[in-house]
Amino acid sequence: MTRIDKHFGAVHANREVTLTVPAGTVHGVVGENGAGKSTLMSILYGFYQADSGEIEIEGKPAQIRGAHEAIALGIGMVHQHFMLVEPFSALDNILLGAEPHWRLPKARAQVRTRLEALMRESGLQVRLDLPVEQLPVGERQRLEILKALFRGARILILDEPTAVLTPQETEQLFDTLRALRARGTTVLLITHKLKEIMALCDAVTVMRAGAVVLDAATADTSIDALAQAMVGRRVQMGRAAGAARADSGAPLLDARGLDWRDAHGTPRLVDVSLQLRAGEIVGIAGVSGNGQSELLEVLSGMLAPQAGTLTLGSLSFTHDRWLDPEAAREAGLAHVPEDRHRRGLVLPFAAWESAVLGYQRRPRYSRHGWMRQSTMQADTARMMDEYDVRPRNARLVSANFSGGNQQKLVLAREAAPKPRVLLVGQPTRGVDIGAIEFIHGRLRAMAAGGGAVLVVSSELDEILALADRVLVMAGGRIVGERPVAQCDETTLGRLMCGADDEVKTP
Amino acid sequence: MSSQGADLPRWIDLIVLPLVNLALALLVCGIVVAVVGYDPWQALTLLVQGAFGSRMGLSYTLYYATTFVFTGLAVAVAFHAGLFNIGGEGQAMMGGLGTALAALALGEHLPRWAMLPLMIGAAMLFGMCWAAVPAALQAWRGSHVVITTIMFNFIASALLAYLLVDVLKEPGNMMVESRAFAASARMPGVQEALAVVGIEWPASPLNLSVLLAVAAAVAVYLLLWRSQPGYAIRAVGHAPEAAHYGGMRPRVQIMVSMALSGALAGLVGINEIAGVHGRLLLEYVVGAGFAGIAVSLIGRNHPVGIVLAALLFGALYQGGSELAFEIPGFSRDMVFTLQGLIVLFSGALAQVAAPTLARLWRMTRRAPRAAAAEGAVDG
Repeated sequence: MTRIDKHFGAVHANREVTLTVPAGTVHGVVGENGAGKSTLMSILYGFYQADSGEIEIEGKPAQIRGAHEAIALGIGMVHQHFMLVEPFSALDNILLGAEPHWRLPKARAQVRTRLEALMRESGLQVRLDLPVEQLPVGERQRLEILKALFRGARILILDEPTAVLTPQETEQLFDTLRALRARGTTVLLITHKLKEIMALCDAVTVMRAGAVVLDAATADTSIDALAQAMVGRRVQMGRAAGAARADSGAPLLDARGLDWRDAHGTPRLVDVSLQLRAGEIVGIAGVSGNGQSELLEVLSGMLAPQAGTLTLGSLSFTHDRWLDPEAAREAGLAHVPEDRHRRGLVLPFAAWESAVLGYQRRPRYSRHGWMRQSTMQADTARMMDEYDVRPRNARLVSANFSGGNQQKLVLAREAAPKPRVLLVGQPTRGVDIGAIEFIHGRLRAMAAGGGAVLVVSSELDEILALADRVLVMAGGRIVGERPVAQCDETTLGRLMCGADDEVKTP
Repeated sequence: MSSQGADLPRWIDLIVLPLVNLALALLVCGIVVAVVGYDPWQALTLLVQGAFGSRMGLSYTLYYATTFVFTGLAVAVAFHAGLFNIGGEGQAMMGGLGTALAALALGEHLPRWAMLPLMIGAAMLFGMCWAAVPAALQAWRGSHVVITTIMFNFIASALLAYLLVDVLKEPGNMMVESRAFAASARMPGVQEALAVVGIEWPASPLNLSVLLAVAAAVAVYLLLWRSQPGYAIRAVGHAPEAAHYGGMRPRVQIMVSMALSGALAGLVGINEIAGVHGRLLLEYVVGAGFAGIAVSLIGRNHPVGIVLAALLFGALYQGGSELAFEIPGFSRDMVFTLQGLIVLFSGALAQVAAPTLARLWRMTRRAPRAAAAEGAVDG
């Protein structure tokens, strides 16, 4: 793949990415969520078309316009979320879409013979007659690989294959992949677990912000070098050195022992405790998907934890009597959500309607159940002035503002009632540089004014630029905590990747 | 973010586009009529004259439109909360039942000024309760309202038949209907009302419910766009996650919007039972609940649009029957076909002409504005 370029609207997902993988090797692609690795693989598999750039498969230029063309070229993909029909047997899942004969019994017999040969050859053992829903996860994954091989895959893309596996299953998978490599199959492994890269891959490509930042043989690199490349080379201290205050004020938010499991019973937050004190900005670093989002939702009252307590100033909550978003606002806790499109704003609403979201029942905005539109619009106009939201049109539909201006509007709304605690998720995701500086300045001003600010960001640079104190999350736990002065991206990177686990000292 | 892709100024979107759709529909109707062997121009003239050409025709058009305004508004209120209420039919039947029960129980004892609000209240309450059950099933059990409201239509129909046959039927009357209401329990006709101020108007089913329909449209507008509960309903409908973030409880909004929806559909009972028939009978909704879905879609779920769409439907009903009457052999089925075509073009195919219109509009004003519009579509 040469100079692949892809835009999604204003987001530059792939910047002139070049990836060369020799046949018969295992090649790792690492990067944080949003670094562009999935986009790149989707282009290779034909889900998206690149805006520019060329793809060559086995020395021949290729145009891949859909999954079927990718399959025809010998590319197979195993998705993180399996694409299997659960009530169907393993055999039928492989058969589906590749029936060699219109009469099913005949087709099944033909496929079974070929599969048994393939299983002997590749060492992938799958019980073909059980319904997929009865197979353990590791076996389902083998089935997916088998399915790809059955369709003639010579290049196998695995997207975060170990995310769902136990350590033993992972070991088994790696053995399989090594055996496939020995047979001449090329494997592309997408992951953010660096240890796996070192254990399995021949070469590795590190992506960050849509671009390739490192391309090396695993023999010539180390976990530290990869971690550094993954999270960013340079720390941009966006403030005067030593400005982080040594001692902060009174605790404004005190959460202890938070546990939260999702609907499947998977623990997403495990015994999380943290304190926010007046005048400080606390940053939460971590690879996306390690519990940061859930922590924000629990603290803001959108999710109730299964265990834990929360003290907000003079109010206390326990897991069986948790606060809801309205109570949180009443208690002086404001929340800038991670996803402004689905949470922070109601996109079809006019700016002035979105600018009161969450505060619509306050007497200032509601009289006997009627909206006080003129007050709302006047307040919105003031917010827009103060936060330089452009265009300054309170009647414009929220969806028509750019990302940075939407984010400024959300921040303006949450900051307007002068909250004591402000939770901010991804403060500058998809926001242009000018707005980033502006938003950072506002967050610092809020802490300087005696508030406590919690920042969750997948940009380590941003955490280091803003926070006085950094907590690192991995696997739903807080695995490290230190003042920003003692942070460097290598140690944080190792913590984030779960390579190390400090004894936590909340 | 909008799926239509076409970026049109508001006035084209709201006025020109519907007119173009209507014109297209009429064009196709004309072709169909010509193929069948009649004169399309004559058919159109008869249709328009039948609907608007006389005070009598106009009265019928407005009477039909009144019912469609109620059911259309009912669909729209639920729609703004992200719910598809297919149960207007059953809720309207229950509204009629509520009207009738109030009228039969108290009509002999109370004067008209007390009876009218009472019957309106009963119609709304019954429709509301009938919608509240599927709403609760949706809110707490996740049963989809589309399915449950359809089932409730059948239950309503069966319940009404049972009550009329076994309980409310007038002894000695062969028809399956209740006894006639007392005079105080009848919504005054427009003829009667205008006679008071000395204006002569032909006798027709048109009654003062038409004013109620206008009031309901205004009330729905105020509720959805001016009130705090309406804000919550729309937030839940557009972005459930943002609504949750904003402290709203989706279950409450489901209940509120469905209850209001049912209450509006229930008002059909006032127009039909208290206004026209003066007694409870079996078939007085006859598809108006379903027509409300089309009315609401064509009216873009906005009260102003719904009133206009209801007038269109009323005109089609009235003009259509006139047409079937005037041209021998031009059957009711033919009229239904025309109505279906109009619904198809202004509802299901409403956005088909939009890209062409957008292109035409950009050609007329070229240069900087066009570039800006393209930029906006891109982003």
